[in-house]
Amino acid sequence: MTLNSKIPDGPIEKKWDNHRFNMKLVNPANKLKYHVVVVGTGLAGASAAASLAELGYQVTALCYHESPRRAHSIAAQGGINAPKNYPNDGDSIWRLFYDTVKGGDYRAREANVYRLAQVSNNIIDQCVAQGVPFAREYGGLLDNRSFGGAQVSRTFYARGQTGQQLLLGAYAALSRQIGLGNIKFYDRREMLDLVVIDGQARGIVARNMVTGKMESYLGDAVILATGGYGNVFFLSTNAMMCNATATWRAHKRGAFFGNPCFTQIHPTCIPLSSDHQSKLTLMSESLRNSGRIWVPKAKGDKRHPNDIPEEERDYYLERLYPSFGNLVPRDVASRRAKEMCDKGHGVGATGLAVYLDFSTTIKRLGKKWVEEQYGNLFDMYKQITGEDGYQQPMRIYPAVHYTMGGLWVDYNLMSTIPGLFVLGEANFSDHGANRLGASALMQGLADGYFVIPYTMGDYLASNKFSKVDTNHGAFKDVERDLDSMTKKLMSIKGKKPVDEIHKELGKIMWDKCGMGRNEARLKEALQEIPKLREEFWNNVTITGSADSFNQELEKAHRLADFLELGELMCHDALQREESCGGHFREEHQTEEGEAKRNDEKFAFVAAWEYKGAGNAATLHKEPLTFEYVKPSQRSYK
Amino acid sequence: MSEQTMNLKLKIWRQKDKNSKGQFVTYAMPGVSPDMSFLEMLDLLNLKLVRNGEEAVAFDHDCREGICGTCSMFINGRAHGPLKGITACQLHMRTFTDGETIVIEPWRAKAFPIIKDLVVDRSAFERIMQAGGFVSVRTGGAPDGNAIPISKAVADEAMDAAACIGCGACVAACKNGSAMLFVSAKVSQLALLPQGYAERKTRVEAMVAQMDAEGFGNCSNTYACEAECPKMISVEHIARLNREYVRAKLV
Ligand SMILES: Cc1cc2nc3c(=O)[nH]c(=O)nc-3n(C[C@H](O)[C@H](O)[C@H](O)COP(=O)(O)OP(=O)(O)OC[C@H]3O[C@@H](n4cnc5c(N)ncnc54)[C@H](O)[C@@H]3O)c2cc1C
Ligand code: FES
Repeated sequence: MTLNSKIPDGPIEKKWDNHRFNMKLVNPANKLKYHVVVVGTGLAGASAAASLAELGYQVTALCYHESPRRAHSIAAQGGINAPKNYPNDGDSIWRLFYDTVKGGDYRAREANVYRLAQVSNNIIDQCVAQGVPFAREYGGLLDNRSFGGAQVSRTFYARGQTGQQLLLGAYAALSRQIGLGNIKFYDRREMLDLVVIDGQARGIVARNMVTGKMESYLGDAVILATGGYGNVFFLSTNAMMCNATATWRAHKRGAFFGNPCFTQIHPTCIPLSSDHQSKLTLMSESLRNSGRIWVPKAKGDKRHPNDIPEEERDYYLERLYPSFGNLVPRDVASRRAKEMCDKGHGVGATGLAVYLDFSTTIKRLGKKWVEEQYGNLFDMYKQITGEDGYQQPMRIYPAVHYTMGGLWVDYNLMSTIPGLFVLGEANFSDHGANRLGASALMQGLADGYFVIPYTMGDYLASNKFSKVDTNHGAFKDVERDLDSMTKKLMSIKGKKPVDEIHKELGKIMWDKCGMGRNEARLKEALQEIPKLREEFWNNVTITGSADSFNQELEKAHRLADFLELGELMCHDALQREESCGGHFREEHQTEEGEAKRNDEKFAFVAAWEYKGAGNAATLHKEPLTFEYVKPSQRSYK
Repeated sequence: MSEQTMNLKLKIWRQKDKNSKGQFVTYAMPGVSPDMSFLEMLDLLNLKLVRNGEEAVAFDHDCREGICGTCSMFINGRAHGPLKGITACQLHMRTFTDGETIVIEPWRAKAFPIIKDLVVDRSAFERIMQAGGFVSVRTGGAPDGNAIPISKAVADEAMDAAACIGCGACVAACKNGSAMLFVSAKVSQLALLPQGYAERKTRVEAMVAQMDAEGFGNCSNTYACEAECPKMISVEHIARLNREYVRAKLV
């Protein structure tokens, strides 16, 4: 199979307009005849479901949460980008496009990124109209701030709760459509498999998490908006339930997986304190706008940070990158922090932390100003560590945060399975090898509000669908297989609880496929993961029953998939013999320790095809060409 | 990191499903580090239970940073535990003392039936939102975000109301099981903003009617809701809801 990215012809500024004009439309009266299943109702899924229902399609939406408002999107703190250029500081669609392609280290598709930049302004307008309470200036206009990796102020925010407010906006639109009867919504349902009939995605089977029953949902097309897979590392900033099951099982049905090894490690997280820790907490990197990062110049300096005089501090980001300073992209900031700690300059009890210091800003603008901007983040820090960030510098360390990889999609956001569309963090598109801050919210909402309403119509209008219902053999087979998989899991009755094995997987992934990767360690991981997987299938223990509410069983299904996905991530990291963005192969770095890309050999999207249990996945390459933003060594000096 | 660990006793509500009768079960819980979060302490208990072949305690949780509103438990008679302005997942064990007995129960309210152990069904909130917790705008065609200036004071107050995480602590804390704080937060946010003006009347009427239909109790102004709200949503929003409601009935 050859990959066709379906990038429209024409100059980049015209591609989306031309494409919208050329796409087929569904006659208004016919829209009701089509039925779309939307799995996941975070930003991407809720905005898609609401927009499609508004157009008149029949929509079924479901999620594993008890309410769409609980989706992981809620946790985003920092903000959302749009090149409105309200501050008059030289921003434009072109600049956002340029920044995103460059920030992604030239591993994203230009056409997609351009479209993203184009529609991003509409997102802000849409959200304001919904009543999203964005921060405003005294004159009543919308406020902007600058965010990691950008030299202009283009980030819109709602206190420290931007994701929450945007999600509540999309949730309100979704709720309205549910109330009107245009969307049938099912809560506490976890999709466990995709159903493909005559080569088309025609529905899913989900477990009712209260009764344990496998339930089939039929549609003419399926949208997955199921979020990212950062929890393959066990510890991450993702919510506890985030998982890869929907995308992984679709992968096993034929959807190619794009760039699985591209994961983002976020520089400003609260450091790990004990083995019992269940997750890591991110503090918005907007903090880097006002905080200065440093370590003691002397190795192993155990003095209280306030006792270390100015001249004995190394503000290493300001030193190494004079023009971007503390605002270098995430991958760079994370890697440098690790390097400082590896060299012995780390602080705190574990030595795995660097300081983020607000004293300069407090002196300049006052504590009240800092409180107003970041108050909830300081509270959160204090709650977790017991320390006061106004009195002494915070301690931070990088943590797994976001997955740029995901199911491969074409320009229309359709996967390699016809009729299966993938939106938001679940797809691989737009961010290349590194995502810039405040651009995931933008991408999720762009996909849901402004891309899928058009491309879905084109797909439905261009295809024929056989008349089937959920009694079709394909649904029944999947239901039966899932029941027996569940039975198998329950019957193992081994010695290790799910979380214990998950922690072991997380450790392998973090040590060997985390911030720094090399051939030897990746090969070790490729030995260890299959062994751990075997242990899981022989020694996991799950209590409770399959036909009732059972969180241990839910976790077991998810871990089964992480144990396969983790292996693919290592294969992908191993084949990519270059460093780019969040993927840092230690063998490939410049003399100054910066990532060294190899555009000649690796300017492609790695799209992996599943070949059955026990067989190696096949690598397909989608070549990337850069007509408008010429690849250069990223420099933030 | 603190080296000392605590020995605790946990009295936890166990209930098989909606239709079964529940009861308290007591568990000895040694080796609790003060640095653990409350939910990590429950994780540890569950690991132990599962290793012993017993069923884990079911509890709802997800973000573990106080923003998703999923965690929902009564700890020693208080919604989200003893501290003000935080959720159960933000509570750390350093708040408790060695030897203490901690009582853990689900939200108890007629409108929130128990699903299992500490997990309740809060879908009544969903139906209230579906009745009117929105501005009726379709995707596309919205005017420029800066077309309508909104004073910072108004935007900030709307944001205060919008900070509600829909956890239901207000309902659980109220002796009448009233949902007034939850409903008023949304009504107030949208009544404050010009975007919400057009539907002021229908919104408040529809949301209040749905709230009543779901079996939530009346508000008798005891303000337990405000005291227990992890986002410290002010009862002033209830006053605004009442004004909006009266206005709707008059206009
Ligand atoms: C702590 C944190 C802070 C962040 N801050 C920012 C920020 O400031 N700016 C920014 O742009 N980005 C930020 N991000 C990233 C951004 O929040 C996410 O990438 C984005 O919100 C993902 O949205 P989504 O709709 O794709 O997925 P999610 O919001 O994760 O939604 C997934 C949905 O899918 C459902 N689901 C998943 N699997 C299944 C299944 N098998 N069956 C049924 N339902 C399923 C879930 O129930 C949920 O409804 C942050 C991320 C984190 C972790
Ligand atoms: S788990 Fe999200 S608020 Fe507690």
